[in-house]
Amino acid sequence: MKAKIGLEIHVELKTESKMFCSCKAEYFGDKPNTNTCPVCLGLPGALPVPNKTAVEWCVVLGLALNCEIPTFSKFDRKNYFYPDLPKGYQISQYDQPFAIKGSLKFKVQSSKFKVVRIRRVHMEEDTGKLIHEEDSTLIDFNRSGVPLVEIVTEPDFETAQEVKTFLKKLQQLVRYLSISDADMEKGQMRLEPNISLRELKTQNSKLKTYRVEVKNINSFIFVEKAINYELKRQADLIEKGETPIQETRGWDEKHNKTVSQRVKEEASDYRYFPEPDIPPVRWTESQISNLKSQIPELPDEKFSKFKKNYGLNDYQAEILTREKEVADYFEEAVKVGKEKISPAQIANYIINIKVNIEEVLPAKLIQNIISSTKKIKINEKELDKLISDVLKANERAVSDYKKGKEQAIMFLVGQVLRKTPNLDANLVKEKIKSKI
Amino acid sequence: MKDLTIKKALEGLRKKEFSATELIKSYLETINKKDKEINAFITSDGKVTHALEQARKADELISQEAELPLLGIPVAVKDIFLTKGLLTTAGSKVLDDYIPQYDATVVAKLKNAGAVIIGKTNCDAWAHGSSGENSDYGLTKNPYNTDYVPGGSSSGSAVAVASEMCLAATGTDTGGSIRLPASFTNTVGLKPTYGRVSRYGIIAMSSSQDSIGHFTKTVEDSAIVLSVTAGKDKLDATTPDIPIKNYESELEKTKILPAGRRVKIGIPKEYFSKGIDPNIKSLVEKPLKFFEKEDFELVDITLPHTEYAIATYYVIQPSEVSSNLARYDGIRYGNNRTYFADEAKRRIMLGTFTLSSGYYDAYYKKAMRVRTLIKKDFEDAFKKVDVIIASVSPTLPWKFGEKKDNPLEMYLSDALTVPANLAGIPGLSVPIGFAGGLPVGMQILGPHFSEELLFKIGHFYESKNRA
Repeated sequence: MKAKIGLEIHVELKTESKMFCSCKAEYFGDKPNTNTCPVCLGLPGALPVPNKTAVEWCVVLGLALNCEIPTFSKFDRKNYFYPDLPKGYQISQYDQPFAIKGSLKFKVQSSKFKVVRIRRVHMEEDTGKLIHEEDSTLIDFNRSGVPLVEIVTEPDFETAQEVKTFLKKLQQLVRYLSISDADMEKGQMRLEPNISLRELKTQNSKLKTYRVEVKNINSFIFVEKAINYELKRQADLIEKGETPIQETRGWDEKHNKTVSQRVKEEASDYRYFPEPDIPPVRWTESQISNLKSQIPELPDEKFSKFKKNYGLNDYQAEILTREKEVADYFEEAVKVGKEKISPAQIANYIINIKVNIEEVLPAKLIQNIISSTKKIKINEKELDKLISDVLKANERAVSDYKKGKEQAIMFLVGQVLRKTPNLDANLVKEKIKSKI
Repeated sequence: MKDLTIKKALEGLRKKEFSATELIKSYLETINKKDKEINAFITSDGKVTHALEQARKADELISQEAELPLLGIPVAVKDIFLTKGLLTTAGSKVLDDYIPQYDATVVAKLKNAGAVIIGKTNCDAWAHGSSGENSDYGLTKNPYNTDYVPGGSSSGSAVAVASEMCLAATGTDTGGSIRLPASFTNTVGLKPTYGRVSRYGIIAMSSSQDSIGHFTKTVEDSAIVLSVTAGKDKLDATTPDIPIKNYESELEKTKILPAGRRVKIGIPKEYFSKGIDPNIKSLVEKPLKFFEKEDFELVDITLPHTEYAIATYYVIQPSEVSSNLARYDGIRYGNNRTYFADEAKRRIMLGTFTLSSGYYDAYYKKAMRVRTLIKKDFEDAFKKVDVIIASVSPTLPWKFGEKKDNPLEMYLSDALTVPANLAGIPGLSVPIGFAGGLPVGMQILGPHFSEELLFKIGHFYESKNRA
């Protein structure tokens, strides 16, 4: 059996205003229904005017995901009734989204990469929020109309681990692009995996195709758990000779399992049609290339640059490129420390000391590093003792290193530096190596 | 007050022949006297509209010599335009108690121009209808013969202007809802180019076709009002940034076309074919002869896809209606959906069907293709002619009840108006006479954003043919 997993990911954009009105897009923690207007409340006569920045960011994300940007695009109405949808339709994109046919490459293991195809990236609006009380349900429209980008992948994933790694990479990407904080706890990134099992070609395929969707998961851990739970549940059913039913399920975090929500007998009919209130979007090539030029250096490029230009190793480059702010800080410090101190030393210092980049300016950081390197020669004996203590207390890391786990040594260096911060990390590393 | 127009009233106010308060009082009196029978208004109680308070403010501004284009002018508003704090029903019991929190852009513009909002006029519920009979608030009568329909859906607005209850009234024209009642009530009705006037704050019917216009007694007044209501609105993404003219002052120019070029009027044969009442046909001949005599060139043209317009319209329009009426769920405001009457239900069902998967391609998509052909008909025509003139309605006003039980026949009364909505072009309905005591109008159609030309031609005709 082979798992076939695809993803639908919703990401809220952090634009100033909502998708189709001038209410602010940031709503977290606001008193219910204080961040609304005729447009996002769906009052009679109100009309949507698209947020240019949101549309551009959607295209920028598409470009960053190696998508094609069709020169013609339009909004459509997705008609369905739900109390959190005040117009009775959601403005979304149906057959001509802003971005199509992209891909994202990510690391699965130390040197193994996987490419997942992106089917489409489109723009839509968020709904209001239902708050269920004991004997009533309240509606908060603060979230109604917040710009939402939907990213749909092809069903190219085979394990929960791959999904999790991909999602972290995607989260990092939208943060690098500064288009969303993608904070899962605040619901700024929501995940819907669709999961099924297929028999391998060599097997005599009797299994009918089906698809199980798990809706609205708000953490990487839950998505991993939900996928693994589903794979097992479906495999057990197939073992018994049954075909899992096509349905939508939800993740029950209390009982660590998925539960059936809605059985899809046929596709729902959203009666899509072109949104007549919004003229279609036509891009010129220069507009697209202009948007392309606004894309900052992305994690992969930074990673190779850090290795190539600054001589960092994989571990250092990986940690320093995780967040754009840290990467930028490191590069700034390298500039300041030029000819005084090597990029690798700066990298080690930032990683090991866990520098607070908001408080310590790059120039001050360089000063700190210089003064610390001066001190180290003083306590050779003490250092020896310190290292021995650390090695004793971390036997597991030591044996890991002996087994060939390179990263274990950096952990040990970190332990030493935590006790005496002003040491030269490279020197400590050499000492540890010689002792093991 | 009987012969007043906006133009004359503005002069009278400026010269202090009468005050705005006196003017408004006199209109309120007319409403009090006539409206019980004629039922043009859903809301007109001065205590509710604060018309006299508005008039007093206008007088204050007049005394300060403020220059506002509609200062002190009584304007009625179709009850489908949102008016802040003032009941807005769309002619439907679904919104029986709906008090809007905001003004439609057009209403705000009228107020800023100094107009006095004298009341909210009756209309077919949700603007669905050609006779006014679909209103949940009773029939509006044709003042020329109260047994006859005044045309719809903007029935109350047309009748209010025709009955001296105001000097201008707003309307919406999605398939003829301004031009038809204008022609049935001897008033001037403008359906501007789609997008020329903001739709913001006006209850949507068919969003790709709703055109926001008005009724007046003269073409000149129509131009004055459009100069106020037209223009780009940042709240309506379908209003392009095309500069607006001072339409009224353009009328002063003696030459209709630059360099004295002859105006070419297209006569579309499809609009004069079978099914057109012979009385109307012969009435339309008169202005055509007049134009010919005045050295306009008459050109026979063809708009070959005219016969498909109604079918196309009755796919696209209900599709959009079914979606636009979805928000009236009674959860946040208004009554629940059981309050929808038959015509709205009919259109919701039609539209839901035509948009359903499996039917979408056969109906909506195909209709959109025909719509493109109809647009192209006009584009081709306007390469040959400057404007097109035809009758507004194929028939004279009919008696109440005559078509009520036959929706298809009712829909056909829009056969000559609907093509302009599908194409998005402007049309001006101008009175041309009477047949059997009932008014008849012609429509002058032009290319997109050619309102200025329509006004000039309409004004030229009117100034030489009406007392």
